[in-house]
Amino acid sequence: MADNNYKNEFGFFAERPKVEKKFYDRNKVIAGLVIFLALVTLPLWPNLGKTIPAPQRQLDTPVIQKMAEKDRQCLMPTEWMRANHMQMLVDWRDTVVRSQEQGAPSVREFVTPDGRRYLASLTNTCMDCHSNKVQFCDQCHNYAAVVPNCWGCHLETGKKLAEAK
Amino acid sequence: MGIDRREFIRIAGLSTLLGLSGKGAFELLRPGQVEAAMEQAPGALEGKRWAMVVNMQKLDDATASKCAEACHRVHNVPDFHSPKDPKDALDPAVINRYEIKWLWAEHFHNAFPGEEQEMPEKIKTLPFLLLCNHCNNPPCVRVCPTKATFRRDDGIVMMDMHRCIGCRFCMAGCPYSARSFNWRDPRPFVKDVFPGYPTREIGVVEKCTFCAERLAQGLMPACVEASRGALVFGDLLDEKSKVRETLKKYFTIRRKTHLGTNPQVYYIV
Repeated sequence: MADNNYKNEFGFFAERPKVEKKFYDRNKVIAGLVIFLALVTLPLWPNLGKTIPAPQRQLDTPVIQKMAEKDRQCLMPTEWMRANHMQMLVDWRDTVVRSQEQGAPSVREFVTPDGRRYLASLTNTCMDCHSNKVQFCDQCHNYAAVVPNCWGCHLETGKKLAEAK
Repeated sequence: MGIDRREFIRIAGLSTLLGLSGKGAFELLRPGQVEAAMEQAPGALEGKRWAMVVNMQKLDDATASKCAEACHRVHNVPDFHSPKDPKDALDPAVINRYEIKWLWAEHFHNAFPGEEQEMPEKIKTLPFLLLCNHCNNPPCVRVCPTKATFRRDDGIVMMDMHRCIGCRFCMAGCPYSARSFNWRDPRPFVKDVFPGYPTREIGVVEKCTFCAERLAQGLMPACVEASRGALVFGDLLDEKSKVRETLKKYFTIRRKTHLGTNPQVYYIV
């Protein structure tokens, strides 16, 4: 039997020494665990069972209202933009800043599938129409607890570079 | 029902044809673009190696400060001496340490240290306009651990603020002190915000970019436009460019050539 061959540095024992298994301070430990769990989950309790309504956004801006009905379209279909705008902005960022790193020409314009051309720029193109950042960006980002770091550098209002020259 | 060899070869051949010509067929039947794409803006300035010549014979103090002002205005470079809100005023002891400069003027002994004895006395008090030299062999690019600064194929040493982690290796690497670190949020110190260009954040390094954003729109760099002919900008590899013609005509010097960085800003003295 393996148990009979129990060995320590002094040699063999006839039997494995018996050590009493005991849960010391059982009540205190369990009480402590319960308090710890309660504290950790404390922020969750007030919102338990509630549903937070989706933000009601006012997306009309003076610029959009001034446009003719048929011109009121974003670069891509609205559904697509809702799902993919972040990827598009990252793509714009990388191509505009780094396109000439590997010999590509300095691309600056975004061409939509139906051939409209736009300057690829968050401040100068997106915020031109959607000039209400609080309604257009922040409401949803706050609701979804997303913190994009665009606004540390990029300005909320922009004019087209060409106009500002 | 099986297919015989002849039938199999016929189907395989037809599928190959369709596969090879499928995209072409789409183009034929529905011409026009199908996918969104990024393209060059019409009228963008293209070059193989951008370079600048500073004509010190035409440059006086007023013009030099005008160039620096124009540059700092269109790039939202903060001026720590004049905050927008007086509450943000900085301790005078740190104002110089925090200074951010893309284009600035220095006297000869600061711009060309160790070369004073070779030059005539009269140029020693001229305002030498200093900026990033857009070196052909840029040490800042070699030391950048994130490739936040890189050399474009047209010779511009570019900054990608999105990638900069603020380690300041590039500042240690640059022998021209052309780079500045944002020790604090610059926004309160940008007096008139230029709407077409972003500001920077605390913790990134910035420098002159030869106005890459203006070149892409077909405009000359801001300092060149403000210099009344004292600054010449162009493509060094284009034989007919203004830069080449100026370099043919005049003797020029460059800063710290012994370091082997091959700077691309030339000074007519």
